[in-house]
Amino acid sequence: MWRFIGIRLLQAIPVIIAVVTVTFFLVRVAPGGPFDGEKAVMPEVKAALEAQYRLDQPMLQQYAAYMGDLARGDLGPSFKYPGRSVNELIAAGLPVTAELGLYALLVAVIIGGLAGVIASLKPNTAQDYIPMSAAMIGICMPSFLLGPILLLVFGIYLEWLPVSGWGDIPGDKILPAITLGSTYAAYIARLSRAGMLEVLNQDYIRTARAKGLPEWQIVVKHGLRGGMIPVVAFLGPAFAGVLAGSFVVETIFQIPGLGRFYVQAAFNRDYTMILGTTVFLSTLIVLFNLLSDILAAWMNPRLRAQFGKR
Amino acid sequence: MAFLIRSFFLAVSALVLASCAAGESNVESGNREGILHYGNGAEPQGLDPHIVTGVPENHIVSALFEGLTSKNPYTLEPEPGVAQRWEISDDGLVYIFHLNPEARWSNGDTVVAADFVWSWQRALSPVMGNQNAYMLFPVKNAEEYATGKLENFNEVGIRAIDAHTLRIELNAPTPFFLQLLDHYSTFPVHRPTLEKFGKGTDRFTPWTRVENLVGNGPFVLTEWKLNRRIKVQRSPTYWDRDKVRLNGVVFYPTENVATEERMFRAGQLHYTGTIPLDKIPVYKAMENSPYVNAPYLGTYYYLLNTQAAPLDDVRVRKALAKSINRRQLIDSVMHGINEPAYSITPPDTLGYFPPKLLEYDVDLARQLLAEAGYPNGEGWPGLELLYNTHEAHRKIAVALQQMWKDTLNIDITLANQEWKVYLHTVDQMNFQMARRGWIGDYVDANNFLDLFLCGGGNNSTGFCDAEFDDMVQRQAPRATSREERYAIFYAAETRLMEAVPIIPIYTYSSNHLIHPSVKGMPSNLMDSLNLKYVWLEATP
Repeated sequence: MWRFIGIRLLQAIPVIIAVVTVTFFLVRVAPGGPFDGEKAVMPEVKAALEAQYRLDQPMLQQYAAYMGDLARGDLGPSFKYPGRSVNELIAAGLPVTAELGLYALLVAVIIGGLAGVIASLKPNTAQDYIPMSAAMIGICMPSFLLGPILLLVFGIYLEWLPVSGWGDIPGDKILPAITLGSTYAAYIARLSRAGMLEVLNQDYIRTARAKGLPEWQIVVKHGLRGGMIPVVAFLGPAFAGVLAGSFVVETIFQIPGLGRFYVQAAFNRDYTMILGTTVFLSTLIVLFNLLSDILAAWMNPRLRAQFGKR
Repeated sequence: MAFLIRSFFLAVSALVLASCAAGESNVESGNREGILHYGNGAEPQGLDPHIVTGVPENHIVSALFEGLTSKNPYTLEPEPGVAQRWEISDDGLVYIFHLNPEARWSNGDTVVAADFVWSWQRALSPVMGNQNAYMLFPVKNAEEYATGKLENFNEVGIRAIDAHTLRIELNAPTPFFLQLLDHYSTFPVHRPTLEKFGKGTDRFTPWTRVENLVGNGPFVLTEWKLNRRIKVQRSPTYWDRDKVRLNGVVFYPTENVATEERMFRAGQLHYTGTIPLDKIPVYKAMENSPYVNAPYLGTYYYLLNTQAAPLDDVRVRKALAKSINRRQLIDSVMHGINEPAYSITPPDTLGYFPPKLLEYDVDLARQLLAEAGYPNGEGWPGLELLYNTHEAHRKIAVALQQMWKDTLNIDITLANQEWKVYLHTVDQMNFQMARRGWIGDYVDANNFLDLFLCGGGNNSTGFCDAEFDDMVQRQAPRATSREERYAIFYAAETRLMEAVPIIPIYTYSSNHLIHPSVKGMPSNLMDSLNLKYVWLEATP
């Protein structure tokens, strides 16, 4: 098992180096630079600014310097926010986005898992169709539509919940978590339904039934562990996806997270910020994929045996 | 089942009660405590007056610092800031500023003339990369110093005569010079604080953080939570503190206009930086509407590349400019919030009204196009209109495209590019017709006319006229009265618009939602905010 983890971690290093390299040169190829604005900048000023950010050096030298800094964990100063480092900006946004992602996935697992399990118990009946149609709507309904609808109903008309912010007014975390979670809830509902259907037809379930166990015990004790494997496999990448993809929800609810930096950096040609967030998120994606592989192995005795042999 | 229903309703009402108990809105608590909740558009890049550029930054920096003058929000005329009074020599070249001896930094130090000398040296320093350094270029030798042609700052025209007297010498008479002195790039910064964190000209120091910042403005910084809010509090050391009526301001980075509008409706904001276009009819129809609309010192226009066919022919340019019905465009696409523009300078720029040469006249437009060799659009070689990717620009472009088809029977194709790509394309003059906007830095026609000086960095049209340059650069500054100066501007602008290097489309407007409890925040052409004048008065 440790060997497996070690190999996967080593494999990740060239992947991340490749991501950095491609990103580094791609952003430089894009027309326009960080200091271009509606008002023309004097050439002397532009030169001074470029010197401050080492942009006056040859590209390869810049690349080498960046890689050196990166090895030390220094992501450099932001172009857009002078006086702040990319490390600082990520450190400010990450806890918020991670918390939001966690709640969203919690919402997703509870709602999605419940819907999926309920649907799987009586396949091809109303008990199946209703939650699954709801799930389909969840997938189709983008968060930029769902968010404002929830806000309008619960924030403006009913005045139950605040319309923006994060951790400032009690209850302001509820709507963003539901909005971001609902898309994932829909996926999880479908995954858990499929997983449960497969498991509930297995021999050991029939054995459990033959023993006369009550239905809820069969489902919860014997069914869930096997039936949720696809969901667990999905959670790792989903969490990374939530971190990278929470931009829309963060914008709608005015949440000071990472997603806004990630997207705006590209528009601003904030080179160090683009690189920093990309490196950071690609590292996370690699890590979470690994984590969900490990979890899946732990839950599935057959896979566990495979690792044991290696 | 009945039990279930009952407990559901209990839970719901508990939730409602809980939210009501905690439910005093920002506006209510703000009115009680004298705290203004202000939608500020975006997270500021920073708070260093010599580094930042932009409107959200301006609002906060102007609360924390003060220049020699400050702007009266009703008249836009300069009034005393750190400078108590000033004298101008008869030739308009030398300004003597007498600083207020009561002016203090927020740590209690006195603001002295030497602070300005040191700060302006910093603002102009070539290594700083201050994008607004040009605001100080009217000062003698300032440009030479900023571009590295002059190394000795003593030769730049700013000198502290004594602790409270500042002498400034200009290159040439600059009638709008006082207007520049409330721009943040001319603000003083506190030397000992900056030098605690490195050289004065370093860009990357933490001197503007809450625990470090020392300013001289009416407010002091008390909290800065990235992408959440910035809080400022009334300064106890500010010289004019008795006039400041707000106890504090909270600035919110409201990047998403739809969210901002919802925050306003939920009572989280007193003031919004703007309003979503599709909400305007709703607010216009409202009784006692919080919606406020006013002209803004900026012009939306299309650049014409006068060096490439078919736009190298002035008749074609004029035909294009005179064949669009701006009023109809504004009413149909923009809910009538803007005013048509027929020239580059917005009307009533401190009493100046530009010529109106490019008014809608289809017959003349058709005739001009025929004279240019394209009668009723025959033989028209095609033309591409470039704009940066944005829904509002697209709508305008599509509407104008149709108008040109209807009136002149010519085809215009549309192209859009992402913002930075578009900037690059325009800078390279690699276009035929391109969307552009210009917002004034200070209230003076000069700020618009000098865009079109020969070879100017923002000209981008190829327009070059020695007589025009002479009028703007030499004749106007030497005028002895405002009337004479405006007359020269009028003649210069007439020359400019006769050549049609641009198609002016509309004058920008500022659009806000302002809670009725907010007082002392008049609309003005600069959309200029002076927090000293603002107070809150709860409506019963």
